[in-house]
Amino acid sequence: MSQNRKTIIPIGPYHPLQEEPEFFELSVEGEKVSDIDIHIGYNHRAIEQIAQRMTWDQLIFLVERICGICSTSHPIANCNAQEDLAGVEIPERAKYIRSIVGELERIHSHLLWAGLAGHFIGYDTLWMWIWKYREPVLEIFEKITGNRNHYAMMKPGGVRRDIKEEDIPYLKKVLDEAERKIDMITKAVLDDPVLAARLKGVGVLTKEDAIKYCTTGPVARASGVAIDVRRDDPYAAYGLVEWNVITQEEGDVFAKTVVRLLECFESIKIIRQCLEKLKKVKGEIAVKIKEMPPGEGKGRHEAPRGETFHYVRSDGSNNPVRVKVRAPTYVNLPTCKATVPGESIADAAIILASIDPCYCCTDRMMRVVNKKSGKIELDGSKLIKLSQEKTGRLRREFGI
Amino acid sequence: MREILFVLLSFLIFPGFLFTAVVGLLAGWVDRKVTARIQWRVGPPWYQNFVDFFKLMGKETILPSGAQKISFLLSPLIGLIGITLTSFILWEMNLYPVRSFIGDLIVILCLSIFPSLALIIGGSASGNLFASLGVSRETKLMLAYELPFVIAVFTPIVAIRDIRIGSVLTYQMNNGMMFTHHLSSFIALIVAFFCMQAKLAFVPFDIPEAEQEIMGGPLIEYSGPPLAMFKLTKAMMLFALPVLLITVFGGGMRFDGIQALFSIVKYLIILILIILVKNTNPRLRIDQALRFFWLRMFPLAIVGFIMALIGI
Repeated sequence: MSQNRKTIIPIGPYHPLQEEPEFFELSVEGEKVSDIDIHIGYNHRAIEQIAQRMTWDQLIFLVERICGICSTSHPIANCNAQEDLAGVEIPERAKYIRSIVGELERIHSHLLWAGLAGHFIGYDTLWMWIWKYREPVLEIFEKITGNRNHYAMMKPGGVRRDIKEEDIPYLKKVLDEAERKIDMITKAVLDDPVLAARLKGVGVLTKEDAIKYCTTGPVARASGVAIDVRRDDPYAAYGLVEWNVITQEEGDVFAKTVVRLLECFESIKIIRQCLEKLKKVKGEIAVKIKEMPPGEGKGRHEAPRGETFHYVRSDGSNNPVRVKVRAPTYVNLPTCKATVPGESIADAAIILASIDPCYCCTDRMMRVVNKKSGKIELDGSKLIKLSQEKTGRLRREFGI
Repeated sequence: MREILFVLLSFLIFPGFLFTAVVGLLAGWVDRKVTARIQWRVGPPWYQNFVDFFKLMGKETILPSGAQKISFLLSPLIGLIGITLTSFILWEMNLYPVRSFIGDLIVILCLSIFPSLALIIGGSASGNLFASLGVSRETKLMLAYELPFVIAVFTPIVAIRDIRIGSVLTYQMNNGMMFTHHLSSFIALIVAFFCMQAKLAFVPFDIPEAEQEIMGGPLIEYSGPPLAMFKLTKAMMLFALPVLLITVFGGGMRFDGIQALFSIVKYLIILILIILVKNTNPRLRIDQALRFFWLRMFPLAIVGFIMALIGI
């Protein structure tokens, strides 16, 4: 045993709090974390592989299921990619509806994160209150899409459902109520001295590091990097309404909290304007895409966690040849290499959570190679074979 | 013979183990229920803690392979005996102030450390990484809160210049509650309240057990009856420690006429205050907790003590 052997504190492979499969290896000296190693890939579902066997329409339903929380971000990004490929422009009314759904999701996702952040630092009351106040947003979703989650609103060329004229007053009323409550909770969070003591100056991500690690979304904006796909490369209705990009300079966990909470108000602002525009702009909510020409398409969307990027390639047939997804957590997660070392174990949990990680979006598949023989023991095709064998077994069992 | 039997019975049933356990578990229910109501939840029925306890008693005890078996299994008993004795002596004093002996408060203070010690011994014996982290935190926290707690509890003693609990109670019976009567005792009560929050390992001082960081700390390897005993110890502390505060600062628990109702109300007020503090704060980091106790509570306790010395 060497003198400077380090103690390893494992967080995972099943996170005790986030209840998602990932594995952080914290090397600690006493209470202080000296190094961190990240392992992901416990929850790979071969979405990109499955996508190649879907039709273009089915693809949207598949990518919607990449993540349960940002479940409209992937469809919007994918629709953008498909429309880019097909070269169509969606109707104006569809643009507003897309933005409304996207922004509602941002509010619900940011509130969800803020609640969980409270839970991570032992403030369960904050958690319960915020989640209670997130409820009106989900009610709006149920009203306009029929579902509290997995809204299935997007389709290539537009949206699937229209927002009815008679629903708009109700939506505005619930939105006002939600805004009042979010306002109250934001003030409570920003003025709490104990919360400030716990979060300020913790896990600082400097502007240089934020750029170096290619961060996106609130993580970058909390470090003073003002990037936002909605402003930089407007799609949907984001170029047609007034709103601001929220930034903070500190880069600590508190700044990330502030950015997320203040973004909720910007989202409400966008939704209000879109609802007003919906009253005036009538017409179709989708254009029909007759066929997909051979070629490539790229689509981006500012998900609650940052930029979601989708790439599709077509050979002119009924289904895509290649679909590539890059979720925001994939670039945000490595920043903990810069933020966690030097902090205590108590802070590590909240710093790791502060990027609002979504491991399901992020998981990547690697080949498992036997070191001795050099034989590939597991890769995509073998996993598919395993899956097919299981399906066959189930079919025999149930006699289908 | 009958004397011994009587003492044994009063230790085991009233006001000793059984009484403290039952009221403690009920207090635990109040905690859960009020917490739930604060958090827009419904909360469990009143018998939930009893059910939890008996369920745990029926579960298998798993011994981790790297554990020191004897200390691992004995430490929950140490804690349980410590808190039972604390409660027993405290209630004896409250019910029969004449039985008070010189230095009884010192005995109570010593015994009330036992649950923390048990946690430290058990956690170290389990040989788990998270448990040892929790143990190191618990030790640091103990070093932080014990000194201000002891000074605070001794402030009324100094104020009336008599070290027996019985005298404090008699004094309060004649002159009214200590903390309304002496400014020094009021300051000491504030200090003792926060120290009690740490002793109970409640938010914001639940650092040793921090379930979101180190997954229960010293308790991580415990299961079955030993875990049940730890949980019971904690529930009993929730009853015994507020009673200690009421005894020393708040006129004691009396059961003559209207005073009985008043005693229960006093206990409930302290309990609700504990629950409110618990539910309106995030968990502190260990260094912040140490700073709080050493740089804020300790000087405050000293000020109270000096004020008591000069008779304010």
